[in-house]
Amino acid sequence: MPLTDEALLAAVDLACVRGDRLLFEGLSFALVPGTVLKVEGPNGAGKTSLLRVLAGLLRPEAGSVTWRGQGIAACAGDYAGDRRYVGHQNGLGLALTARENLRLAAVLQGAALDSAALDTVLETVGLPCAGDIPAVRLSSGQRRRLALARLLLGQAGVWILDEPLNALDRNGHALVGRLLTDHLMGNGVAVISTHQTLTLPAGVRQQTLTLAVA
Amino acid sequence: MAWWAVLRRDLLLSVRRLGELGNPVVFFAAVVSLFPLALGADAALLRSVGPGIVWVGALLATLLSLEGLFRADFEDGSLEQLLLSPHPASVLVSAKILAHWLVTGVPLLLITPLLGVLLNLSPLAQGVLFGGLLLGTPTLSLLGSVAVALTLGLPRGGLLISVLLLPLFAPVLVFGAGAVGSALLEMPVLPYFYMLGAELALAVTVVPLATAAALRASLGS
Repeated sequence: MPLTDEALLAAVDLACVRGDRLLFEGLSFALVPGTVLKVEGPNGAGKTSLLRVLAGLLRPEAGSVTWRGQGIAACAGDYAGDRRYVGHQNGLGLALTARENLRLAAVLQGAALDSAALDTVLETVGLPCAGDIPAVRLSSGQRRRLALARLLLGQAGVWILDEPLNALDRNGHALVGRLLTDHLMGNGVAVISTHQTLTLPAGVRQQTLTLAVA
Repeated sequence: MAWWAVLRRDLLLSVRRLGELGNPVVFFAAVVSLFPLALGADAALLRSVGPGIVWVGALLATLLSLEGLFRADFEDGSLEQLLLSPHPASVLVSAKILAHWLVTGVPLLLITPLLGVLLNLSPLAQGVLFGGLLLGTPTLSLLGSVAVALTLGLPRGGLLISVLLLPLFAPVLVFGAGAVGSALLEMPVLPYFYMLGAELALAVTVVPLATAAALRASLGS
């Protein structure tokens, strides 16, 4: 295992309990810059819970998550600025247009972007003409793309993606692969859970974590 | 900046869902205007019970509207994005509560003078009633946000919200309606307003922190 203090994101001895069921325990890993961690396992194994723990939304039963060597609870503000989370739900205001959604996300993440920059981001995720369309009128695949567009607002070292390929077409899969590769080449780390095969270039450092149903 | 963005977002969403926006105020007007029909056209009776009716109506209308404060955002994942932001959650939450008051409390205030005429209230009683509601309805939105945040993770939070909130709303109701009663007896009303103001000041300082903590707990469960 690489040295923990070189790691951008690391977990030490994590345990998670939901209800009265132990999902996992003694889970440790360390991700040095440029590494993607693929979380695998059957439904109900705790993939989403693990991702929510890493994002700081859920408190682990035991163990800790560290970012640049500090516990994420101790440096919550700094970590929040460096971490992007795309969960199962897209987190879009459905009555707001794509551009309004994106602008709000940018402000919330502390990244000041002008309209031209937002248009570039929309174009990158394959929604060049959707800027003024309310999210409610977008297809579920397009909404997923809009949620993923949040990753491109400002610079972030840590991406946490829960089933990012859901609802996406083949082009969408390629898009996620491309975005991830660029992110990892830029010394970011990513944790993703997916049931589909996501092919990344051979040069990318990959780790796999398999959760079992306890 | 982020505070403004959240306020703007919530107001925009409310304006684009006009049907839901009108709900509390229509309910309020219906409740208050049914009383004269039920009690008969006894002007003196209406004048004495009117302020209480308006206050109870405003309180129930607020109670009904509270579920919308976080529920939709909780279900579509907007709330977790809000809490993941590097900005303090309590500040962002305060923008959401203000937006709630602007789209529910303010319309109630605006329609009150009209309902006052219906209840045959004197200009003095009207003024005191309006002042009390101006100080009291923000407190109702603030206190309500804590209860809604606490019950978000539960499948049927509605009943629990009412049970949690009625004792908290009671002092606001007592001082708000009491102020009008006092004015009608030509007694000072300022002490009542001071109490309503104190409740508001306390709620403004404590509630955003409590609501943010409650939201974190609800999302983490």
